[in-house]
Amino acid sequence: MFNELEERQDFIVIKGRHKKAMKCDSHSVSGSVSQRACVYSGARVVLNPIADAVHLVHGPIGCAAYTWDIRGSLSSGSELYRRSFCTDLKERDIVFGGNERLAAAIDKLVQLYAPKLIFVYATCVVGVIGDDLEAVCKAASSKYGIDVIPVQSSGFMGNKAAGYRAACDALLKLIEPVNTDNIGKSRSINYLGDFNLAAETWIISNYFRSIGIEINAVLTGDSEYAKLKKTTDACLNIVQCAGSMNYLAHKLNDLYGMPYIDVSFLGIQDTSESLRKVAAFFNDDDIILKTEEMIKSQTAKANQAIERYKHHLCGKKAAIYVGGGFKAISLLKQFREIGIDVVMIGTQNGQPHEYDTLQELADEGVIIVDDANTSELEQFILEKGADILVGGVKERFLAYKLGVAFIDHNHNRKHPLSGYEGAVNFAKEVYSTVCSPVWKYALDQGGDSAR
Amino acid sequence: MTERKNLVVNPVKTCQPLGAVLACLGIHGCMPHSHGSQGCASYLRMQLSRHFREFIPTTTSSFSEAQVVFGGSGNLKQAIRNIIHIYKPQAIGVSTTCSAETIGDDAEGIIAEMRGSGELPEDVVIFTASTPSYKGSHVTGFASMVKSAVDSIAVKGAANDKINIIPGMISPGDIREIKRLLALMGIKAIIMPDISGVLDAPMTGKLKLYQDGGTPLEEIADMANSSITFALGQEASLPAALGLEEKHGVSAEMLPLPIGIENTDRFIMELSRISGKPVPAQLEEERGRLVDMMLDAHAHWYGKKAAIYGDPDIVEGITAMAVGLGIEPLYVLTGTKSNRWEETVKTIAPNAHVINGGDLLTLKDLMKEQPVDIMLGNSHGKFLAKEMDMPLIRVGFPILDRANLQHFPVVGYSGAAWLAERIGNTLLDWKDAHVPDHMLELIM
Repeated sequence: MFNELEERQDFIVIKGRHKKAMKCDSHSVSGSVSQRACVYSGARVVLNPIADAVHLVHGPIGCAAYTWDIRGSLSSGSELYRRSFCTDLKERDIVFGGNERLAAAIDKLVQLYAPKLIFVYATCVVGVIGDDLEAVCKAASSKYGIDVIPVQSSGFMGNKAAGYRAACDALLKLIEPVNTDNIGKSRSINYLGDFNLAAETWIISNYFRSIGIEINAVLTGDSEYAKLKKTTDACLNIVQCAGSMNYLAHKLNDLYGMPYIDVSFLGIQDTSESLRKVAAFFNDDDIILKTEEMIKSQTAKANQAIERYKHHLCGKKAAIYVGGGFKAISLLKQFREIGIDVVMIGTQNGQPHEYDTLQELADEGVIIVDDANTSELEQFILEKGADILVGGVKERFLAYKLGVAFIDHNHNRKHPLSGYEGAVNFAKEVYSTVCSPVWKYALDQGGDSAR
Repeated sequence: MTERKNLVVNPVKTCQPLGAVLACLGIHGCMPHSHGSQGCASYLRMQLSRHFREFIPTTTSSFSEAQVVFGGSGNLKQAIRNIIHIYKPQAIGVSTTCSAETIGDDAEGIIAEMRGSGELPEDVVIFTASTPSYKGSHVTGFASMVKSAVDSIAVKGAANDKINIIPGMISPGDIREIKRLLALMGIKAIIMPDISGVLDAPMTGKLKLYQDGGTPLEEIADMANSSITFALGQEASLPAALGLEEKHGVSAEMLPLPIGIENTDRFIMELSRISGKPVPAQLEEERGRLVDMMLDAHAHWYGKKAAIYGDPDIVEGITAMAVGLGIEPLYVLTGTKSNRWEETVKTIAPNAHVINGGDLLTLKDLMKEQPVDIMLGNSHGKFLAKEMDMPLIRVGFPILDRANLQHFPVVGYSGAAWLAERIGNTLLDWKDAHVPDHMLELIM
């Protein structure tokens, strides 16, 4: 166990002991093993699923290499987004500026791939040397008659959440309607904050199709240039990953008067509630009837499937450490649906209102922590006797070394976790790791830390 | 194929700090520190975690806009104080990032200033490497950090009875194999860095920030007193060996990574020559078994064409191994530019198309003109392999889509045996999966 820093105390609360406004949304402490990513990373994960776009990293090679195919987003069409493009800045560019190199790279990309859309991402060093992305992109746009959009994502300008905003600003430029006559005229909806990890967007789109609601554009799972250009045609925005897309929904409301509602398709309860909310918006008896029918049949089917796993899982304890507060709230509910008690909840970039919700929802004694460092994670997992940790790749092996099971609820997830199918997959995934015989051997090896 | 000067598509390299962090992990009790934005540390940890499937600690200076304007010195000092206080390391290896270098932070100077003010405890060793991402690659970052650690820690004293081995960017399984060979030969060696026991640590139920493995600081100090340093691989290992030669007069000898039968022979013969010890019968036998395996399977791979890509030292070794098997390396490519490497590979495989500092789009363009039968390289090649409909043998860095490979060596006779088995039987698996039913053979 490692000593704690006093300056971290405000970032941690224990439910029941003290209700307090948690500190969050600030920089990591220098010298900590922070789990947090950067602005560029936040921007890239939001925009990356736009499949027929070129995603050009203006910076040194590392930024491009680590985010190559970073998100397991699937595309039904173009695979262009899965290539790694980089200006690979060299020392002379740092000294003399990288504008020319960037312009030349865009020329080459147009020649090689003839894209309709290029995103140019600013990295830390580009922010420091002050390359004029706006100007280079603007010149390229008019030269080729395509959208070349700068993403202002220098890594030191904040954390991942700032990157979400940078991505949303880039999206706003892209979806600005040329013709304002069609705004809100279609009876279809936009689905914000689903990235089609492991085909999740397709599952939710199917639900809407079967209750008679058409999806106009998805931001950004399995999306493409042409569809995004018509974003403002929709009459409603539904927002799932609030952390990344709330800002965009607000802006679309301000700019074009598009209404929005928050939804969550993680877990049975949230999925049903969200479908009802959207159906109610349309105030159409046929849609409402179809929605209720679907909820009834899907819930029965899912519950039956989950029952098979649930009795193996009842009484187990889970720790949550994920990127955003939205995901943490959903996971808390999902674990309850499969009979597992949540004992620790942490996020990398949760917002104050999300921490308030978590404090309300959590059971007595649950530890809630912002931007947990490695030693805190270890301490809380062991103290609370968690059987399973849910997190991202950097936490997986921490859990394994402690003899604690793990599921990836981040970009590396391999099974869809959305909707009713997702709820069943979640139970199955938890079951297949918690109940694997491997823990028997791990216990023999001294993995008693948590039991 | 069109020239591309300003655009990399699907890189075969990553940035210097990654190699620097990896080098630190091979030093016992050492905390890698990344002087830059928090995202850098996060990426390095993520990528190394995905490759090794291990917990990777790395601390960050956590830059914000203020540091970019006023400099990162305060953050680095605060970070060092916090690391010493919270994580209690024996050593800290500071690598710089592109933003830190561009704003002009002098990490070495800042540490010297802290030392001068007397605030650093005597028993914590701190060394720094300048590793901006706009120079070199992860391989040069690795080399620089190994050199920096050795330069800062090695101290001249009484001669020891050991040799130094700088093994390069190889897997924990490879280092275990090198240790086994040394033990069989009865040679005492200091291996630096040594990620075995760190990045293949056993399950114990405890999360150890500092695993039991890693080269102990005392051994690094003693490297100044060894008789010779073998640098295995020019790009990742030679700089540190030359540093020891310059500063402490320990003669440096460069050898290729002992991948394949000939490079392993050379390694063993050199060990025998400098130690005056004969090659033990057990190794002769091992070599004999390998040759026997190659005899049994040589028809399966003879004359096949290969594309080999990845980091220079490993690619050089794999190319030599392929030539020894009778496989024709048609394309040999690295993302880390090195003229010495290009010359060497052209000597090993005179008919190969050698690409010095290329990317996977270059390889694809070439393969479209003239295809090969098999690819050997990292996981990023899998899309190309699928598109071109050919098997891929995963070797090198990064491997993100297969588990446990880090535990199996590609060096030594046993590494060559494993590779030969992989190559031969993968080609047969491929044939089975692709022939029509009536052509499927039982006896192959």
